[in-house]
Amino acid sequence: MNYNWNWGIFWERSPDAIGTYMDTLLAGLYWTLATALIAWVMALILGAIIGTIRTMPHKWAVRLANGYVELFRNIPLLVQMFLWFFVMPELVPTAIGDWLKQLPNAPFVTAVICLGFFTSSRVAVQVSAGINALPRGQKMAGTALGLTLPQTYRYVLLPMAFRIVIPPLTSEFLNIIKNSAVALTIGLMELTARARSMQEFSFQVFEAFTAATIIYILVNIVVVNLMRFIEKKVAVPGYITSGTGGK
Amino acid sequence: MKLAKLIAVLIGAGVIAGAAQAQESGTLKKIKDSGSITLGVRDSSIPFSYLDDKQSYQGYSIDLCLKAVTALQKHLGLTQLNVKLNPVTSATRIPLMANGTIDLECGSTTNNIERQKQVAFAPTTFVSGNRLLAKKSANVSSLNDLKGKTLVSTAGTTSMRQITGLNTERNLGLNILSAKDHAEAFLMVETGRAVAFLMDDILLASLAANSKSPADYSITKDALELEPYGIMMRRDDPAFKKVVDDAIVAVFKSGDINRIYAKWFQSPIPPKGVNLNWPMNDQLKKVIASPTDSGDPAAYK
Repeated sequence: MNYNWNWGIFWERSPDAIGTYMDTLLAGLYWTLATALIAWVMALILGAIIGTIRTMPHKWAVRLANGYVELFRNIPLLVQMFLWFFVMPELVPTAIGDWLKQLPNAPFVTAVICLGFFTSSRVAVQVSAGINALPRGQKMAGTALGLTLPQTYRYVLLPMAFRIVIPPLTSEFLNIIKNSAVALTIGLMELTARARSMQEFSFQVFEAFTAATIIYILVNIVVVNLMRFIEKKVAVPGYITSGTGGK
Repeated sequence: MKLAKLIAVLIGAGVIAGAAQAQESGTLKKIKDSGSITLGVRDSSIPFSYLDDKQSYQGYSIDLCLKAVTALQKHLGLTQLNVKLNPVTSATRIPLMANGTIDLECGSTTNNIERQKQVAFAPTTFVSGNRLLAKKSANVSSLNDLKGKTLVSTAGTTSMRQITGLNTERNLGLNILSAKDHAEAFLMVETGRAVAFLMDDILLASLAANSKSPADYSITKDALELEPYGIMMRRDDPAFKKVVDDAIVAVFKSGDINRIYAKWFQSPIPPKGVNLNWPMNDQLKKVIASPTDSGDPAAYK
């Protein structure tokens, strides 16, 4: 292969006025993390609510929640990103649309909303799967104790269900970090976008993407360990065994 | 006596073989051995290199590349040279060039000093300048009209890097958006997400000409920086570069360039039959008179 390797490129000044190419990539990492973390909080809250509704005895509520899940789960993320950014502001009244378009950091806000909704539908499925995995007797025992339905969920079902779904939630957390790269299509300068602009400025494509790959792997290792730690901390002794290996 | 003669002949043959090998190393040898050359082409760099309505690749840069292909065929003495077209994007053109998938890139790639560390360029075949495209209703005639407003450019372009610098330097307070490609950047101006789009003038002109209402857009007069475009090839292959360079220079000298230029910039072109009406600028005229592959914008002023 005829390629001029230059691993020193990371310490050279980048033309985008941020500093060195390494600073460029780190600025991208900052946006990747900000997007992924805020969207993850949104996805967890929405996903927990929708997931719970899907297991409730009210038929119409279940249908509504299922509709939500299918809507956000079945449209490709790339398409959703485009719809939120370009189509949605045209559908609302002009004044609101213009306000949305002029928002500072509009790509960032849009990316968080889009990723939040997309991931919440996947979290919802996992949460309801967790609740359904519990023995039926738990719910009955709850109501037999005189707890109301919300109380049964609050004190009996949800605490157990969340423990069960920590491993799939870990995967979802990793996914949201990786999926945030899709936001480069609407102009968010996150890690992948920065790696691309680095290769465009310097033409050192392999170095740029090697660095991006390593940074993504490091971030994911941190997340996996964090989630394992949480899993161990909240484990009920003798009830649920770790799904991620361990002992 | 006989032995001395034999040795002389062997040495002679060795020298000739060695010379022949030296002449046909690298890309030239590859093309000769395989009987084919692969050109990197773009899907939507109108009018330089793009896919038309009949699903065939054509454009100004492709025409010029084909001139180089003819010269290569003649140089190598091949009766037949198979030309393969391989679509590339701005992200894939370097890896595909480095690993030998493509031998020449026929697109709209700016030649600059940074990029010359990685690849080589044939003599400049087009000089564009980056300007601002905005809706006429926005009344934008210079960068100063945009103070505190939103501007868009395409990620990873030389324009993007320049405007980021100018924004801090001149304290313009611009909100700079970065679109993934030219079409998306144009869409941002069309939908009012951004007031203006900073890009190479010829690309702006073709985007506006192909939009829903071309009359709505205006392009500013003054260019911020000059951008020389060139055919890209692998670095450190002087024998191959010489053949390609000579072919381009020959097109300049013979005046063929004027015909090819008029075909793409001053006549209706597929797919829509739009005429870009883009007369040759003084910078390109200067390059045609004295060809150069310099990556320094100052060389074109």
